[in-house]
Amino acid sequence: MLAFNFFGATEGGLFDINATLPLMAIQVVALTYILNSLFFKPVGNVVEKREKFVSNNIIEAKNKLSEVKKLEADLLTQLQSARTEAQRIVSEAEDESDKLYKEALELANNEANASKEKARLEIESQTSAARDQLSKQADDLSELIVNRLILEK
Amino acid sequence: MFFNSLLTNFAALEVGQHLYWQIGNIRLHGQVFLTSWILLGALLVFISLGTKKMENDPKGLQNLLEFLWDYIRDLARTQIGEKVYRDWMPFIGTLFLFVFVSNWGGALIPWRLVKLPSGELGAPTADINTTIALALLVSLSYFYAGLSNKGWRYFEYYVHPTPIMLPFKILEDFTKPLSLSFRLFGNILADELVVGVLVFLVPLILPIPVMFLGLFTSAIQALIFATLAAYYIGEAVEEHH
Repeated sequence: MLAFNFFGATEGGLFDINATLPLMAIQVVALTYILNSLFFKPVGNVVEKREKFVSNNIIEAKNKLSEVKKLEADLLTQLQSARTEAQRIVSEAEDESDKLYKEALELANNEANASKEKARLEIESQTSAARDQLSKQADDLSELIVNRLILEK
Repeated sequence: MFFNSLLTNFAALEVGQHLYWQIGNIRLHGQVFLTSWILLGALLVFISLGTKKMENDPKGLQNLLEFLWDYIRDLARTQIGEKVYRDWMPFIGTLFLFVFVSNWGGALIPWRLVKLPSGELGAPTADINTTIALALLVSLSYFYAGLSNKGWRYFEYYVHPTPIMLPFKILEDFTKPLSLSFRLFGNILADELVVGVLVFLVPLILPIPVMFLGLFTSAIQALIFATLAAYYIGEAVEEHH
């Protein structure tokens, strides 16, 4: 007999333990199985699926972000190298044009000098020729004068 | 004898009176089963409604059930540990829900309006049979958890950290179910009695704060019961190094 009473009564009482105990235990065990299949499993599936979905998305986003950062750095270095390349080309072109300018300047200078020299030489020769002619004329004139003077006498 | 009659007659409250069901040779406390069936039926209906159409974006009841599930998972995980909490989550959750629904159902529903030939309806957890059944299930569970996880090494727990602990640990195996069952039983019964006495003495207003206190106690007791059950199981499966 399961029933026994702390308070002396043969029936009832606060501490009347009887077959209610094992039956309640069985009921709770059955409830555990029912709740497991009705509540814990389905809700757990949904929640864990969502948690997995969210964490996957977060991981994916992180990967994408790192990829973007890598691409950004890549682009930055590319930009940097393009910039230096452009700078190099510009300075090269500047040097080239400078050189060409100097060359042309030199050439023109030389040419000018040469023509100046030639002109000077020509002027000189013409001057001397004229002077020769002038002195010859002066000689002729003086001779003529002399002759005339001599003849008049 | 005197105490019993005092309790029985005090304020015309029916304490220790039961609605007996006789099935063959065994006797049952009918009021406990009646209330537990009504409350568990309501719980199951509630859960069926909430899980009928599960969606990825939770709405309405599903939200509440997911919150509940999360709460129970956190409880089980913190007490039992990451490794085996999954196996015990349904049990811990069932204990929590059963105790919670019983306590709140007992406190919120005006059972006294239903007249029984003997005894009265009330929280199933205010019956010592129910709480002892729950406590013994917890005891069986932690023994099973320890033995199934660690085999005979489970009994190392009794001499851990020193063999001096052996008698205390053995004693604990008896005090654990005892304290579990009597704590729940005492709290819920006391709450019912206090509310009952106050309602009898001052039917207006005065019992209301006590009723709120009762709801608070009821929720706390459900949490304590589930947490302790999980803690005992966690203690049994814990690895000592």
